[in-house]
Amino acid sequence: MIQVRNLVKTFGSFTAVDDVSFDVAQGEIFAFLGPNGAGKTTTIKMLTTMLKPNSGDIELDGLDVRKRQTEARKRFGIVFQDPSLDGDLTARENMEFHGVLYRVPHALRRQRTEELLKLFELWDRRDAQVKMFSGGMKRRLEIARGFLHTPKILFLDEPTLGLDPQSRNQLWTHVKQVNQTEKVTVFLTTHYMDEADRVADRIGVIDHGKMVAQGTPKEIKESCGVESLEDAFLKLTGSATRNENASSTDQLRQFARMWNRGKG
Amino acid sequence: MNVVYILWLREMKRYVRSRVQLMVSIGQPTIYLLALGFGLGPVFQRAGSGNYLQFMAPGVIGMTILFASIFSGIGLLWDRQFGFLKEMLVAPVPRLEIMVGRALGGAMVAVIQGVLVAIVCVVAGFRPVHWSGAPLALVFMILIAVVFAALGVAIGSTLQDMQGFQLIMTFLVMPIFFLSGALFPLKGLPTVLAVLTTIDPLSYGIDGMRSVLLGIVHFGAVTDLVVLAGAGSIFLLAGAYCFSRIEM
Repeated sequence: MIQVRNLVKTFGSFTAVDDVSFDVAQGEIFAFLGPNGAGKTTTIKMLTTMLKPNSGDIELDGLDVRKRQTEARKRFGIVFQDPSLDGDLTARENMEFHGVLYRVPHALRRQRTEELLKLFELWDRRDAQVKMFSGGMKRRLEIARGFLHTPKILFLDEPTLGLDPQSRNQLWTHVKQVNQTEKVTVFLTTHYMDEADRVADRIGVIDHGKMVAQGTPKEIKESCGVESLEDAFLKLTGSATRNENASSTDQLRQFARMWNRGKG
Repeated sequence: MNVVYILWLREMKRYVRSRVQLMVSIGQPTIYLLALGFGLGPVFQRAGSGNYLQFMAPGVIGMTILFASIFSGIGLLWDRQFGFLKEMLVAPVPRLEIMVGRALGGAMVAVIQGVLVAIVCVVAGFRPVHWSGAPLALVFMILIAVVFAALGVAIGSTLQDMQGFQLIMTFLVMPIFFLSGALFPLKGLPTVLAVLTTIDPLSYGIDGMRSVLLGIVHFGAVTDLVVLAGAGSIFLLAGAYCFSRIEM
């Protein structure tokens, strides 16, 4: 369902994704793990047509994402790592907007919006502007919105960040459900190893832009000779903490990007 | 078509909900009109050019539409900062439709503001010589709005942060306004200024409104229509191109 070959992305002299290849089969739940700045989000951005790779091939459901963008976009849904809601619109309007963009028929749109807002406990606040929502509520709305249409592939970029255990549980139950009943392929990233261990059929570990391990949670633990996925992860990626780009270079980069030059 | 409609609707909702934006969008041109209209009126009269308020009212209407439409496009910058742009970029919809919906919504909001300011102008003492020219004046208002909403989208697609916004404001939007003949007649200007005012699309919009409402003609209404339609097409293409290339 997802096929990635020799994917490379550089920003200036920095190589964010370095010759990454992997496959995700249809109906599989694939967890993409790695420390901060390892290249997870950059990879997701390339998979979801937001960023063009320097080289390499990506196919979603047999479609080359570079050549057939709109077709490829019809195949997937995504829950982003950082906010992507319109704060001036209400919860229901955000859902409505999404439904129209993804051409979900009117009646179904209504029905699913109600179901999902109820499921993620936002129905009472459906007509409140999103800018009035707490962080957790916004997060839940993003997730509810991601499930509004039924894609073939669902990308979840750190979906549980900032969620309480109840919502987290709700989310994974729902993910498992659409995966089983509708055969949705799921590609997720998370920093919670227990979640990956519990939910994922297969795992890929990326560090410094390179894929360092791939396999079922069991295989990965066994190959590292440890009991838990957390230990395996630390063994594979080292225990030093990572900082994403320091703020000053980040600013400089942003300045360069102002006219779309720096970031190709 | 549905997609264009929902994007248009979003722009309208955001405008109606933002009371501050609504007040500022009417207040600012009103201050220009009153302060300059009455302040410079006597000088203009003595120079033998007639009633200044009459002369500048179309200019103030044009200014309102310019600011409103170009800012709606540059509003892409906010969508980028607040993340909503991502939602639109990964949607399985040709980006052209998204860009068109957004530009039309922004243009519509701008035209509404222009009409409101036109009403303020009439209340302040603006008396069109030819009321029959009003429908044509509205056509010019719509054209101005489309031209600059499209330009705004083109700019908004390439800008990445607030500093860029300041640059555009100072070195593009303000010159477009000041060099459009909104505040002074275009006749007998020094060569450099004459050239600049001739390449400024807003000049044609304001000249068009003046021709049909007041009978004060510089380029001529037909020329105005042709130039605005041409500029609008070019900017729409440019906007569509820039928007299709956005990466995040």
